Amino acid sequence: MSATVLNTVLRRIPGTWRRVVRLGALGAVGQVFISLSGMPVRLDVREIIVPILSLGYVTVLAVPLVLGVLLGRRPEHEEFLENPPGRRDLVLGAIAGGLMGGGGLSVLALLLANFDLRDPLINWSPQLLEFLSFGRGTAFGFGIWLVIGAGLGLVGGTLRLASSRTQKVIMTMALTVVGAAILESLVVDLVEGVSLEALVEWMYAPRGGLTLVGAGVLAVVSGLLSLVGQGRVKNMQERIQAMEGPRQTRVNLMLIAAVGVVLVILPLLVGKLTNELLANIGLFVLLALGLNIVVGLAGILDLGYVAFFAVGSYSTAVLTAATSPRIAPEFPWFVALIIVIFIAILVGLFIGAPVIRMRGDYLAIVTLGFGEIIRLLFLSDWLSGWFGGSQGITAIDGVDVFGLLTVDGTNPRRVFYLVLFFCAIAIYISWRLERSRLGRAWMAVREDEPVAEAMGINTVNVKLMAFVVGAVLGSFGGAIFVAKVGSVFPTSFLILVSIIILVVVIFGGMGNIFGVIAGAVVLIGVLGGPKQPGLLVEFSEFKLLIYGALLVWMMLARPEGLIPSARRSRELHQEEFLQDAWLRGQIDTDDNGPDGGSGTAGAEA
Amino acid sequence: MNGTPLLDIRNLTVEFGGLRALDGVDIQVNEGEIVSVIGPNGAGKTTLFNAITASVEADGEILFEGETLLGLDPNQVTSRGVARTFQNVRLFANMTVLENVMVSQHCRTKQGTFGALFYTKAFRQEEAEIRARAEMILAFFGTRLVGFRLDQPAAVLSYANRRRLEIARAMATQPKLLLLDEPVAGMNPVESAELTGLIGRLREEWGFTIVVIEHDMEVVREVSDRVIVLDHGVMIADGDYEEVSSDPRVIEAYLGHGATTK
Ligand SMILES: Nc1ncnc2c1ncn2[C@@H]1O[C@H](COP(=O)(O)OP(=O)(O)OP(=O)(O)O)[C@@H](O)[C@H]1O
Ligand SMILES: [Mg+2]
Repeated sequence: MSATVLNTVLRRIPGTWRRVVRLGALGAVGQVFISLSGMPVRLDVREIIVPILSLGYVTVLAVPLVLGVLLGRRPEHEEFLENPPGRRDLVLGAIAGGLMGGGGLSVLALLLANFDLRDPLINWSPQLLEFLSFGRGTAFGFGIWLVIGAGLGLVGGTLRLASSRTQKVIMTMALTVVGAAILESLVVDLVEGVSLEALVEWMYAPRGGLTLVGAGVLAVVSGLLSLVGQGRVKNMQERIQAMEGPRQTRVNLMLIAAVGVVLVILPLLVGKLTNELLANIGLFVLLALGLNIVVGLAGILDLGYVAFFAVGSYSTAVLTAATSPRIAPEFPWFVALIIVIFIAILVGLFIGAPVIRMRGDYLAIVTLGFGEIIRLLFLSDWLSGWFGGSQGITAIDGVDVFGLLTVDGTNPRRVFYLVLFFCAIAIYISWRLERSRLGRAWMAVREDEPVAEAMGINTVNVKLMAFVVGAVLGSFGGAIFVAKVGSVFPTSFLILVSIIILVVVIFGGMGNIFGVIAGAVVLIGVLGGPKQPGLLVEFSEFKLLIYGALLVWMMLARPEGLIPSARRSRELHQEEFLQDAWLRGQIDTDDNGPDGGSGTAGAEA
Repeated sequence: MNGTPLLDIRNLTVEFGGLRALDGVDIQVNEGEIVSVIGPNGAGKTTLFNAITASVEADGEILFEGETLLGLDPNQVTSRGVARTFQNVRLFANMTVLENVMVSQHCRTKQGTFGALFYTKAFRQEEAEIRARAEMILAFFGTRLVGFRLDQPAAVLSYANRRRLEIARAMATQPKLLLLDEPVAGMNPVESAELTGLIGRLREEWGFTIVVIEHDMEVVREVSDRVIVLDHGVMIADGDYEEVSSDPRVIEAYLGHGATTK
């Protein structure tokens, strides 16, 4: 009913403004939703720039800005419009959109002041009103959001109309400031490590957040750098691309070596907390690389990857801990690891064999089930004699390295080095396998399984192999996890772990080693893992909301992930890709006869 | 053309629900022959290929080099030495031209995880061989699929080139028997004539025995030693082109009842 009314209203509004109204309304709803989720109030304690901007305000201020940017965009098929909007229209549209978006909060402020809906909406609180009105009364709150909305809409709109050079400079400035605020603990830790505190004292306020001076200096410096450096990076990339084989390999090797050196030195400079964070990131890089083999390369959507992580953890615990309930061989960690690998292979085969013959959705659901079954087995009374049930296994010793030193949770730096070592192994394995007979077979199976089978590939074996390799990498993660935490409980292996690893893989870019690593660094580093805190500790309560939103946005806007594999993005954008190629006349114009139609291209893929 | 036939199909029946796509078909193909299979749409030609390559369940008997193919998995049939192309081209669209031909050598090569991880000499040797063979096979099609094309994804190839790549991919499985499902469909007359020539060379230079499904009678006349006609799942004629094309049952099948005098 209301939808039809809305549509009739919308239809009366001239074409170009319809979008404004629609997006503005969406923005208003979005802002109200964010406010009522409790995020702004809860995140208000985390300062970005003292005293003017907190993370809480960023969550709501971003909306009108994004609206402005979106509305400032010229319509894609401008030629087809009767009277294409001019610059003035676009900016006006952006302002109006921002105004509407901000208006959502104005109305919310009024409602907050006059009604009490605390019962269904737990975040309907005086604090929210206080937050929205900047502590100056409802009327001020009402007005200020209209002004802020329109203002940010204007900023966003004009930003879009600026030259791409200017846009880049402004983006760099904004990202640097926000980045510096997010990375605060890391930066502070790092400068303390090299005793240069004095240099950055002006930058961060005593109780967290950038100072005004700090933010200003960062903005100016990054702006200048971006102005000067623009094009250089790209130039360099192109130069490297243009080099012939061996030299390019040499440059790549040098880059990898440089990153390696940084990763080895970094933990020495930072403190315990940061090392803990690095170790957590590394652990998820390892797990994500393992899942990437299964999902990214072989195309098997495994939603129960946590099973292998759990098996690795529990078998390491049983083999190394003196407190293991049934058998306690108390092997050294590295000896246990060899046995753990065999156990992982067996479990990979055991879980893989029944699910491998299924396709698509069924496979996903069954793997999800297996993930839970494994956890419930460890939790069960039936096996509690072996694994301690809900009590788990505790007081597990760390890793003893040749009797020289012990790696355990009390020393996160050592844990990080251990993780780093295994990440290097995982990267090597992924890299080598991808470029082998097996890797090609995985790709073929991912592309078209029946045809792969008809071309002589034993798809069952090949997919089982993916499961096994994934299981082994997952069990490495488990073994390290046990050494790090010193205990295992079934609650460490919830479905959530599978989901988060999958999000990391999808976010980073399926099938691309660098993408997956980048995904883990960004997501786990900033938001944190299932239980591990990230840099934005305040977000932990909203982690799932953000992971979910991110996944949806990713699927809509960039299904190939942050850093896609060339192949994968082709797969996902094939239609456009083919069309582009066709438009540029790249599709074999030479031997395309009169009826050699390339138009059907996408259909067969 | 003596001794046991390479492919010996007896009383082959394939049913889809109530529909008999193939109904008691007997076909023999001798080593070194090029046999065409023709018939109206829906006659069961593609189903015949699907049955041979184990993509559909079939009753009866299919003997290849005297041993049965029934009950095998499709990949096992391929490793026995039967390769096929698809009527509705089904390449690995996002793999490169070269990779498409490399990956189908899977069942003729054997390096596994160990070799790949430790980058053994045997592994490197086999990789080089796979690559060399792939390039050699692609070179068979002249300049169409070599050079910069090697690293292009199959998805961007022209229709004709995709058909060629399908054949190359099937060749790479190193078959004895090659099943081509409408290899010139959608090609223009020039391309079609060129490919017709290649089919002959596939036998002369590579020693394949070939069964080809084709609608284009010009091509059929050109390439085939023998023509088999299917209609409604039944084999209605088997002989050389002249015999078959003058067979009243064949004419009737193509033109409908009443075309021949009763
Ligand atoms: N998988 C299947 N399931 C059900 N019916 C099928 C299946 N495959 C083929 N058929 C039916 O079997 C019959 C024979 O089909 P087939 O594809 O073998 O014909 P064809 O001779 O290759 O025809 P065309 O010249 O059009 O390629 C058709 O009636 C078709 O609808
Ligand atoms: Mg057919």
